[in-house]
Amino acid sequence: MAAATHGAVQETAVRTNVLARALIYAGLILFAGYYLLPLYVMLVNSVKPLDEIRQGDMMSLPMLFTLEPWRSAWATAQIGVQPTGLRPYFINSILMVVPAVAISTLLGALNGYVLTKWRFRGDGIVFGLLLFACFIPFQIVLIPMARLLGLAGLAGSTPGLVLVHVVYGLGFTTLFFRNYYDAFPTELIRAAQIDGAGFFRIFWRILLPSSGPIIVVTVIWQFTNIWNDFLFGVSFSDVDSQPVTVALNNLVSSSTGVKEYNVHFAGAILAALPTLIVYVVSGRYFVRGLMAGAVKG
Amino acid sequence: MSVSQETMVGAARPATSASAGAVEWLQRALPKIVLAPSFAIILVVVYGFILFTGVLSFTDSKILPSFNWVGWENYVKLWGFRNWITALKNLAIFGSLYILLCSAIGLFLAILIDQKIRVEGVLRPIYLYPMALSFIVTGTAWKWFLDPGIGLEHTMHLWGWESFAFKWIKDGKMAIYCIVIAAIWQSSGFVMAMFLAGLRGIDNEIIKAAQIDGASNFNLYRRIVIPLLRPAFLSVFVVLAHLAIKSYDLVIALTNGGPGRATEMPATFMYSYTFTRNEMGIGAASAVIMLMMIASVIVPYLYSELRGGKR
Amino acid sequence: MRISKLLSTSALVTGLALFSGAAAAEESVEVLHWWTSGGEAAALNVLKEDLEQAGVTWQDMPVAGGGGEQAMTALRARVTSGNPPTAVQMLGFDILDWAKQGVVADLNALAAKEGWEKVVPPALQAFSKHDGKWLAAPVNVHSTNWVWANKKIFDELGLKQPTSWDELIAALDKIKGAGYVAVAHGGQPWQEATIFDAVVVATGGPEFYKKAFIDLDPAALNSDTMVQAFDRMTTLRSYVDDNFSGRDWNLASAMVIEGKAGVQFMGDWAKGEFLNAGQKPGEDFLCFRFPGTQGTVTFNSDQFVMFTVGDDRRAAQEKLASAIMTPSFQVAFNKIKGSVPARTDADGSGLDACGQQGMKELAEASTKGTLFGSMAHGHAAPAAVKLATYDVITAHFNGEMDSQTAAQELANAVEGAK
Repeated sequence: MAAATHGAVQETAVRTNVLARALIYAGLILFAGYYLLPLYVMLVNSVKPLDEIRQGDMMSLPMLFTLEPWRSAWATAQIGVQPTGLRPYFINSILMVVPAVAISTLLGALNGYVLTKWRFRGDGIVFGLLLFACFIPFQIVLIPMARLLGLAGLAGSTPGLVLVHVVYGLGFTTLFFRNYYDAFPTELIRAAQIDGAGFFRIFWRILLPSSGPIIVVTVIWQFTNIWNDFLFGVSFSDVDSQPVTVALNNLVSSSTGVKEYNVHFAGAILAALPTLIVYVVSGRYFVRGLMAGAVKG
Repeated sequence: MSVSQETMVGAARPATSASAGAVEWLQRALPKIVLAPSFAIILVVVYGFILFTGVLSFTDSKILPSFNWVGWENYVKLWGFRNWITALKNLAIFGSLYILLCSAIGLFLAILIDQKIRVEGVLRPIYLYPMALSFIVTGTAWKWFLDPGIGLEHTMHLWGWESFAFKWIKDGKMAIYCIVIAAIWQSSGFVMAMFLAGLRGIDNEIIKAAQIDGASNFNLYRRIVIPLLRPAFLSVFVVLAHLAIKSYDLVIALTNGGPGRATEMPATFMYSYTFTRNEMGIGAASAVIMLMMIASVIVPYLYSELRGGKR
Repeated sequence: MRISKLLSTSALVTGLALFSGAAAAEESVEVLHWWTSGGEAAALNVLKEDLEQAGVTWQDMPVAGGGGEQAMTALRARVTSGNPPTAVQMLGFDILDWAKQGVVADLNALAAKEGWEKVVPPALQAFSKHDGKWLAAPVNVHSTNWVWANKKIFDELGLKQPTSWDELIAALDKIKGAGYVAVAHGGQPWQEATIFDAVVVATGGPEFYKKAFIDLDPAALNSDTMVQAFDRMTTLRSYVDDNFSGRDWNLASAMVIEGKAGVQFMGDWAKGEFLNAGQKPGEDFLCFRFPGTQGTVTFNSDQFVMFTVGDDRRAAQEKLASAIMTPSFQVAFNKIKGSVPARTDADGSGLDACGQQGMKELAEASTKGTLFGSMAHGHAAPAAVKLATYDVITAHFNGEMDSQTAAQELANAVEGAK
């Protein structure tokens, strides 16, 4: 009776019968529907001609399938004065996201390493102060940050945006790595120290190689947050550095004119593709990584 | 550069005696030297800027910062605004429902998915993906969906359910609940992942032992598993609470504060006064209140976290 | 391979722009604006091409959203960081607020040379100048007290253009009675405020509008006339459909275009929607002044504010300002945008019937002294006051307070934000 169809060896401790399992699946699928609904609406309407959107309902499949909205959003839609589509802005986003994620992850790892394996008096307070950075509402830092970037000569540049994302990501990356390294056996570190390994050697040779899961979590977290950021992107960018979210906003929230919903939806999905792919590809490691550290109380 | 770092970490550990070689000193100070840049920059861009905001809240700053001291005037004005009171009420409604429902749904889904579900690999990304999208992206879809003219209500009518009515987004009293629905959609999958991680971290032996004692599934979860998830609950609460206080994109994308000003939230209030109403002083005052609310949630958490770390 | 090449080139370009900004910017202008939709961008493209013919590169910095709200935030960050754009699209009192910060350029020499003083209406100059110094080049004038009507519905019901409040209500009753939505309206604060502007003029006359909204006289704001204006808003509220809340204005226009609704109260930018849908003024749709406001024009005007830039960028900036003020550009631009030229001497014969009517009435109102800045569009009072009036108008329109309270609240809100 005990869910015999689902494999002979039931690892889980909880036993369930067929009816319960059916209910479980029904519940899970119901929720999957709830989560997928907006994506479905976007997808389906991004391949309809505009007329069909105006007449039909949002759930129906397209009568006339067209990829024109996608082409338009990618290459010919009006973003500014010129009809460039979202294409040129992807480069700006990539140039900003990749270094920002790499630097903030590396710094987070180093910070976590110091805070757990090279503890000093007051390390708890230092950590607490770093962590509070996660919780600051970004709107309040715009003006002073602009001044700081101006003084540093980084105003309106990609390096400036990278800097901003790194500093406001540090809280989370440090938290993730600290919790992860906290559970890492300190004896191994001591042993390596006795063998004469130094600070960086231990980090590169011992900690980093076993940090896979938490690196995945951190990279996913940082990548999504930075890729999706609009506020910093719109405030601290210049002609050459506007990220794709700013372009998307220009596409979908133009103040007047015909609203081309199909193009908007196509553009929205395009702009979200990188993060979607990251989540789908590494979703499995995400839970594993969370398990390994981020959720610890 | 190294001088300032030295003073920074000096408090934590006094400099070593002169007899120790420079190399050894470097070895010892290295961890702090590594940590120092992060710490220094956070001191400036987080605490320095908070201080700056605090100062601004006592000035008559309008379009750009100015330093004409006006005392508590901005705070007095702030508490006289209907919009601010609405924003706080909305935060209370939104925050409590959002945290409660997100946790409940997240936990429920995590428990279900933990029953050795075959298609877990398919379901998990489906539950998680909303967190990957910004509301600039999904806002349009949700706005559509909730709009009676083109969304759910319209679709139901087309499908023949003529009496179906779903006009919450147009109703000043109900619109805030639409925001709750969309917000839960965005974060509950992530909460599920956190709980799932917590569940997977529980030692199976404990559960087996309870089963041998004859505990029913329901009791097993109620008495043993859920209490063991305490740390996960704490993390979830902190993540959700700060998302609730900071929620901005969501409101802008769905209702832009409307109908009327019925869905104003502290974050939208602050943004609007600072940047569109050119009342930076009042905006700063509301930011200070927001920071105090965030601190009242986070500081106790940090405290327990740090005490735990000292063990 | 290609991607990596692209990456390195664009990194190089970014780097170059960073470190040799001075050299690169010599003959270029950076323009921050929020005109990103088809028609608007096309209109702006005229300017871009004019400049490129004069050898000035156009660096486009579009930030759309909320009638420039996002753009203003970006601008603040840019100015604070000491890296202001060459020119910024701006409306009304925002211009003066920025002028007071002392970060804008002085265009007096150019203005004197080209004689702007004589051709720009004084009501517009109030925003283009601060302390006697020109700082902005006005590109257009929108007037906000228009009614856009579906001609087929009007013909079908035998309606003529209403010229007074009572005639308007009679017409709306007929339209509603025939099963149409009488008033196509989008429930967003600025749209309600736009209607309120017109209702205030229609109710109290131009003098009253000036006293209440330009002079911000508390007695006028909390007066019986204002209560009556609010009552009229309640009346209008009964002619909109159930689904109005949050609707974008262009969707409301579409309701009139498609023959679902009779009229829309909206500024002349709505005309673009009708023209884009292939409709012709006088044949498919009607344009007339909000009944009871004939002879008065409430306006808003897009201007390009010139910010203080280094000497190396001054020459290009002046070229930009000069190009904006060219009469031929003003006509070409406004033909596409739906508004009328900011220069009264521009040749309007190329505009359509509505545009010509608008230009004529603008000139008349300017001479008569009944050309007023629109409160709803930030041309009557600073942003803080404008948004404080939105709060009250919208709350009242959504039934959160009665007219008596609304008038009181309006006076309080304005007083508090002044």
